[in-house]
Amino acid sequence: MSVQTQNSAARTGGLRAWLTTETPQSRTQAKLGRIYLGWLTFTRNTLAVVGLGIMLLLVAMAVLAPLLTPYDPLAQDLGQRLLPPSGAHWLGTDAFGRDILSRILYGSRLTLMIVLLVAVTAPVAGLLIGTVAGYLGGWVDTVLMRVTDIFLAFPKLILALAFVSALGPGIENAIIAIAITSWPPYTRIARAETITIRKSDFISAVRLQGASKARIILGHVVPLCSSSLIVRVTLDMAGIILTAAGLGFLGLGAQPPAPEWGAMIATGRQYVLEQWWVATMPGIAIFVVSLGFNLLGDGLRDVLDPKG
Amino acid sequence: MITVHDLRVTFGHGADAVAAVQGVTFDVKPGESFGLVGESGSGKSTVLRAVVGLNHDWTGTIAVDGKPQTPHRDKAFFKSCQMVFQDPYGSLHPRHTIDRILAEPIAIHRLGNADARIDRVLRDVGLGPQFRFRYPHQLSGGQRQRVAIARALVLEPRVLLLDEPTSALDVSVQAEILNLLKRLRAEHALTYVLVSHNLAVVAGMCDRLAVMNRGRIVEEMDAASLRRGEAREGYTQQLLRASQGYDRAAADSFKDFA
Amino acid sequence: MTSENPLLEVENLRISFPTRTGVTQAVRGVSFTVGREKLGIVGESGSGKSMTGRAILRLVPSPGIVTADKLAFQGEDLLTAPEKRLRDIRGRRISMVMQDPKFSLNPVMTIGAQIAEAYRVHSKAGKAEAKQRTLEMLEAVRIRNPERVYGLYPHEVSGGMGQRIMIAMMLIPNPDLLIADEPTSALDVTVQMQVLAIMDELCSKRGMGMIFVSHDLNLVASFCDRILIMYAGRVVETCRASELHAAKHPYTRGLLDSLPRLDDTRAELPVLARDPAWLEG
Repeated sequence: MSVQTQNSAARTGGLRAWLTTETPQSRTQAKLGRIYLGWLTFTRNTLAVVGLGIMLLLVAMAVLAPLLTPYDPLAQDLGQRLLPPSGAHWLGTDAFGRDILSRILYGSRLTLMIVLLVAVTAPVAGLLIGTVAGYLGGWVDTVLMRVTDIFLAFPKLILALAFVSALGPGIENAIIAIAITSWPPYTRIARAETITIRKSDFISAVRLQGASKARIILGHVVPLCSSSLIVRVTLDMAGIILTAAGLGFLGLGAQPPAPEWGAMIATGRQYVLEQWWVATMPGIAIFVVSLGFNLLGDGLRDVLDPKG
Repeated sequence: MITVHDLRVTFGHGADAVAAVQGVTFDVKPGESFGLVGESGSGKSTVLRAVVGLNHDWTGTIAVDGKPQTPHRDKAFFKSCQMVFQDPYGSLHPRHTIDRILAEPIAIHRLGNADARIDRVLRDVGLGPQFRFRYPHQLSGGQRQRVAIARALVLEPRVLLLDEPTSALDVSVQAEILNLLKRLRAEHALTYVLVSHNLAVVAGMCDRLAVMNRGRIVEEMDAASLRRGEAREGYTQQLLRASQGYDRAAADSFKDFA
Repeated sequence: MTSENPLLEVENLRISFPTRTGVTQAVRGVSFTVGREKLGIVGESGSGKSMTGRAILRLVPSPGIVTADKLAFQGEDLLTAPEKRLRDIRGRRISMVMQDPKFSLNPVMTIGAQIAEAYRVHSKAGKAEAKQRTLEMLEAVRIRNPERVYGLYPHEVSGGMGQRIMIAMMLIPNPDLLIADEPTSALDVTVQMQVLAIMDELCSKRGMGMIFVSHDLNLVASFCDRILIMYAGRVVETCRASELHAAKHPYTRGLLDSLPRLDDTRAELPVLARDPAWLEG
């Protein structure tokens, strides 16, 4: 039967057949085939595709911002202040006469930076600490998890506020503060998963091959924990953007005149009744991006579910 | 090849302590196939896990290949002694290809020549090279168990410990795996310790066996007397009757052996 | 004996599951009847034996699609019965025992409370009466100290006792038909025999019909009255249990041959060579 599949794959040629074959010929083909099947699962979830679309849009906005708008996001024009949306300024202008659309477009760079930097720090730290604690157990587990508990005991925003006030306001410090406050839940998830994986036969089998602890954790435990962590991080991104916006709103994140969305809402709030667009437009941007991450996370869950 | 003397394993501490194995002694000669038979909770798998080094909390003597073993084993030990697990669905890493699963022991022991070794061992267990880059979920239960056997054989061990290797499989697949295990033993001059609750499987696979109940060995016998149904102990006789299909009268006569 | 007044009539039962690559047919046109007897359904994994058992109570998991020319319990059509009527039939008239008691019992309720509830749901009996019946039932499945077991939680009992408790719970509404899906596969052989003896006795005493789904040929042959052998979603052979050794279908023969026997002197077990023609019956 397997020979037949091989022949038919060769006959029809085609990338699709190559990807979906039951009998891959190389490591790369096996891996790509798996990714392709994951992609098929993902695309069956329409909302997830919408989420992915929003993400791509965000990236496109960040990259192409200078091409999409003629205005400088920082250039003030006090003669044009607080103009309602119009043909010249699609989303209106703010209190300094700056074009709100331009500021949102350039602000997406800040949002992306926050998202990316938090995504490569907090979950990675959480994953490593959690798997080490869960796999080794004993006093290592106790020490690492008590430290985690201490961080978990503080409300996230308050802890972030404390860090930012210690480090000084600014977007970099806000990112550091968010990263420091968001790793503990990932540690907990990774540890819980590690404990269920640790006892499984395939881990026993690799122990019986004489594998070192580091090899087992990095090569066998981490790949299984990371999928649920990726899902969780994606779903958390909305919260992280909101925390960053919250810090910006409180004046502890990005500093004026940087076009950070949260800070934009903060400055727009005094005009919210008469010039509603000043605060509403960045608010919608935050809302749409948060929604996009949530939809994307749901779709990733379908794809990365370890039982699948 | 394997000497176990007065092996005791206790789980838990203080008041919750459960003595899972209470003084088990047996010898397995080189090239022999030895069966450990018993019902769940008899301690047969616990003995196996202590011998292979998965269980550290034991007392007594375990010697493999003439070398006394401590609870913690070095890499060289695993090169000579490997194990096959009961559940082929749980013993293969779900995110690794067959290739990766088989390459891992080669990499750990720095054996080199991985491609040739993987091809050879796959052919040895009756799987063609077309299986090499598949994931476990693309294989049937029997094929997975073949991969698990291949993984154990890749290090070319002298001792193979088999923990109910066919009890999760369909009967027709069980026959294939049992035949494969028999052939591999002959070809590679392996020593087997087979743990099973199935008397017929043990009778066909082993030269000698020990019947265990509640952490102790009830009796030791050779396979020929098992095939003739000659058991000395009441417990073994009851086990023999129960394994011959449903019999109302027999079921009513069963009792607990402490 | 079955033709006069069958409890359950199944004609041309089909179960299919839509998948990404098309429709997978788990059961392809199965017909049988069950009277007040023990009917065994034997097959390997993927033969559709469990699905057949589940389809009777409309418990096929989504997105499975069940069709049949006839699926009638004492003349009543089960396929078109409203969900409310079906709930009434499930449990009271037809009971089902699954393989693993740990997944079928509620972990945060005592055993006694669960069985008593099962009884009260269907009988509208008072609390005291329900408890009395529960204790009697626990005794009937040979639990030595029913009063003590009544107050235990599921995790506090062994697998064998758990399965006996499941059987007690399923039998307390006094059903006409019991569907047992591998009810003893997770148990040790001696416990298995004891549990089977209980089911056997209750069956003959109450005149209950039983469908016994299992992979174990020997067990079914020695326990049941009649056997259906399933392969790839079809019944390939039907025979009296006592005549299984004289089975004709090559699949049945192959299965019987591939079983290791205690008095085996064969150097190799014959391996089942699957003939594609078997797929067509």
